Amino acid sequence: MSYTGRFRVWRGHAGGGALADFEVEVNEGEVVLDVIHRLQATQAPDLAVRWNCKAGKCGSCSAEINGQPRLLCMTRMSVFTPDEVVTVTPMRTFPVIRDLVTDVSYNYAKAREIPSFTPPIDLAPGEFRMSQADVQRSQEFRKCIECFLCQDTCHVVRDHEENKAVFAGPRFLMRVAELEMHPLDVSDRVAGVQDQHGLGRCNITKCCTEVCPEGIKITDNALIPMKERVADQRYDPLVWLGRTISRRPR
Amino acid sequence: MTETERHEYDVLVVGAGGAGLRAAIEARERGLRTAIICKSLFGKAHTVMAEGGCAAAMGNVAEKDSWQVHFRDTMRGGKFLNSWRMAELHAKEAPDRVWELEAWGALFDRTPDGRISQRNFGGHTYPRLAHVGDRTGLELLRTLQQRVVALQQADYFQTGDYEARLRVFAECTVTELLTDDDGAIAGAFGYWRESGRFVVFSAPAVVLATGGIGKSFKVTSNSWEYTGDGHALALRAGASLVDMEFVQFHPTGMVWPPSVKGILVTEGVRGDGGVLRNSDGDRFMFGYVPDVFKGQYAQTEDEADRWYDDQDNNRRTPDLLPRDEVARAINTEVKEGRGSPHGGVFLDIASRMPAEEIRRRLPSMYHQFKELADVDITAEPMEVGPTCHYVMGGIDVDPDTGQSGVPGLFAAGECAGGMHGSNRLGGNSLSDLLVFGRRAGLGAADYVAGLGRRPAWRSGDVDAAARMALAPFDAPSAGAPGENPYTLHAELQGVMNDLVGIIRTEAEMSVALERLGELRGRLRDVVVEGHRQYNPGWHLALDLRNMLMVSEAVASSALMRTESRGGHTRDDHPMLDPEWRHRVLVTRCDRDDPGGDPVVPRVTVEPEERVPMREDLLALFDLVELEKYYTAAELTAHPEGGAA
Ligand SMILES: Cc1cc2nc3c(=O)[nH]c(=O)nc-3n(C[C@H](O)[C@H](O)[C@H](O)COP(=O)(O)OP(=O)(O)OC[C@H]3O[C@@H](n4cnc5c(N)ncnc54)[C@H](O)[C@@H]3O)c2cc1C
Ligand code: SF4
Ligand code: SF4
Ligand code: FES
Repeated sequence: MSYTGRFRVWRGHAGGGALADFEVEVNEGEVVLDVIHRLQATQAPDLAVRWNCKAGKCGSCSAEINGQPRLLCMTRMSVFTPDEVVTVTPMRTFPVIRDLVTDVSYNYAKAREIPSFTPPIDLAPGEFRMSQADVQRSQEFRKCIECFLCQDTCHVVRDHEENKAVFAGPRFLMRVAELEMHPLDVSDRVAGVQDQHGLGRCNITKCCTEVCPEGIKITDNALIPMKERVADQRYDPLVWLGRTISRRPR
Repeated sequence: MTETERHEYDVLVVGAGGAGLRAAIEARERGLRTAIICKSLFGKAHTVMAEGGCAAAMGNVAEKDSWQVHFRDTMRGGKFLNSWRMAELHAKEAPDRVWELEAWGALFDRTPDGRISQRNFGGHTYPRLAHVGDRTGLELLRTLQQRVVALQQADYFQTGDYEARLRVFAECTVTELLTDDDGAIAGAFGYWRESGRFVVFSAPAVVLATGGIGKSFKVTSNSWEYTGDGHALALRAGASLVDMEFVQFHPTGMVWPPSVKGILVTEGVRGDGGVLRNSDGDRFMFGYVPDVFKGQYAQTEDEADRWYDDQDNNRRTPDLLPRDEVARAINTEVKEGRGSPHGGVFLDIASRMPAEEIRRRLPSMYHQFKELADVDITAEPMEVGPTCHYVMGGIDVDPDTGQSGVPGLFAAGECAGGMHGSNRLGGNSLSDLLVFGRRAGLGAADYVAGLGRRPAWRSGDVDAAARMALAPFDAPSAGAPGENPYTLHAELQGVMNDLVGIIRTEAEMSVALERLGELRGRLRDVVVEGHRQYNPGWHLALDLRNMLMVSEAVASSALMRTESRGGHTRDDHPMLDPEWRHRVLVTRCDRDDPGGDPVVPRVTVEPEERVPMREDLLALFDLVELEKYYTAAELTAHPEGGAA
């Protein structure tokens, strides 16, 4: 079953741009990215869009469809009615480079600010022993495909450029949680998550969780537990002392 | 020419997949200033798509496993055409490379005693694949990416600059390698996708880690990045390729809906208990065990099913034969009218284990079918068929150092040739990336350390590269209709898919070569619209140069090899021929072609002799097995004393 679909795609660059209207063939089983590709091949050869895997695995094709942060390759055309206009715009939180492509360097800068995995010094490669139950929590966070849709959604930075300097965003706060919950990471990350990475600014609205294409429970499983750890450390010096000692490498 | 951005490094790594990152980490740890260049954003390389796992004989699940068994499996899978030295190094070093990842933060699935769990895969005697659900490649790539960041953090503490010794140039495409007057590597030329501006790198060593070529085929599991850039760059710089006729068609790609045709269904589905059935409901693979593997696979469904629980007393299911065998079997079933409604066969896991278990073991497959095909794999079978997946052929390198025939040019990962022979075993790529990525990084570091002076590129070459890159913006030659790059690409994919695909004949391949010749002519008249800033039409026009060159290498090699073996099946030469085992087809760029085409230079293919296997390695196999592959004269060195 094919029909002519109506699309509005934002076209422009850092200096400005506008929505452009297109009428384009849509076939059974297609996703929005297929239609964008057809536009490139037939009507707008220089339409800029990022994509790689077209299977929801690389997190390249993030954009906003009818205002919702989504992966273009995982949004099936069948969720729209044939007469519905589908509007595709770039992620709003990041500066536009061209058309649907944005400058996501903020995310890479934040990734660098988080101290790396720190294993016990006396453990050689091959000697690591961890139970499945203990790695499971961090494994959930490592499903992240770095699509940055959660970063795009979070209201702390969405329309607040000024907060970017002090807020790592849900994806990277979750990275701190991942390392904190790693059974063999020995550094204490609780103070840093609050003071350097800006966890305090998150008011657990769960918008990030709602858009995550991997279905990671960012807020419930990463951010709230981190907030609890921060609270414990801040208000209970004995707990704080105990935790610090028990995490030291033997 | 206008002022061009310039950089100077000790080592340039082209590619930020598993092989490139592992090479860069090694070069940087050796103290060299290293640049990583990649076409996509950092962390998006094709390696993230790998699903099933990374093969390494750690013996965590099956104690009997060892490097020797892994070596034997790899050689068998490749039908004894592999570079045996690479297969040896790979089998020996893979466990250390996997353990090292764990020390860098990777979290693999665990065994009950807390070690890295290992799963079954096609062609591997024991459960051998380290994995994380069905997203192993993501774990591997993210870990290496985070290791790069860790090294950058260390440099930041020392120098105040994250990029002092290791910098990533993301969304930057290399279009030409630069050499000095003597042909040694001197740097690389490329453009930023974002701005379209040019950039020139000076460096005495380049490691190519650009991945595969699948985007030249219509039905493929590969992404847009797989345009064979490294293969073509190496050819144009004077290096040679080997084994280009061997292209792996993975037996299980999605077949429906059309827009997702080709997307991979991991072999892990079969490794964990899924079985193939035709439209009659038969487990047809029992009828397709070839002579060379007779006796190694279960003969009844009961035995096959018992094997999942008791591998010591039962033989494995033929659903897990090497990929080339399974792909051909599916092809035959469909051709003979026993296919599924959309031209594939059925892959059934729903009837084999509880829904909960399927969702736990294969979460991304569950997700993928649910989202893209509206199929619930816990309740109904999947429809699957062959898809172009991996190229065994690649740049000819020294196994120990990764160096190509060009001084200063190294290669690792999918773009390097030799390791997998005529057919790669699942899981052997991720381990290949780690083992040979590291070795290429070391090789490049040693090469740079031993250099007296740094080779200097010729400025004429840079000007020529800039002109070549801008040519698609020129008007077509007088009277010619401007060609659309998207149309040319679609035609190329049709030619390769239909005429040089999974089953090949001389007649079809001759037609293919003619059609490729026409496309080469039309590429000169390609015209792109718009300007240089993030212009995908332009990028594709440039990628087509490489795709055409590599496609010609594949078609010419495939035409020459008059036998069937691994990822090369000839309908007109259906048998394995021992006289072809010891010959390797070598592709070179024809630089003396009078009036040669600078856009897509011609290639030549010539047979050469392979290096015979070292005696102690040969002795790891029974003579009766070797006799299926080798000529009698080659086996005199075997301790059981093959008859001369
Ligand atoms: C869907 C799928 C599943 C797979 N599953 C498995 C599995 O379970 N186990 C396994 O072992 N193997 C698997 N494979 C195979 C394996 O993933 C690949 O062979 C491997 O990841 C290739 O890694 P690489 O480092 O060689 O290249 P890639 O990871 O592809 O990286 C190539 C890099 O080169 C860059 N590049 C290319 N050209 C240029 C240029 N001109 N200029 C600059 N940069 C350039 C790209 O941007 C990219 O960064 C799978 C493959 C696919 C497609
Ligand atoms: S839960 Fe926190 S991090 Fe997530 S969107 Fe809301 S404020 Fe942002
Ligand atoms: S946490 Fe989810 S939404 Fe955020 S970057 Fe990762 S995959 Fe994307
Ligand atoms: S293209 Fe990879 S997630 Fe969409």
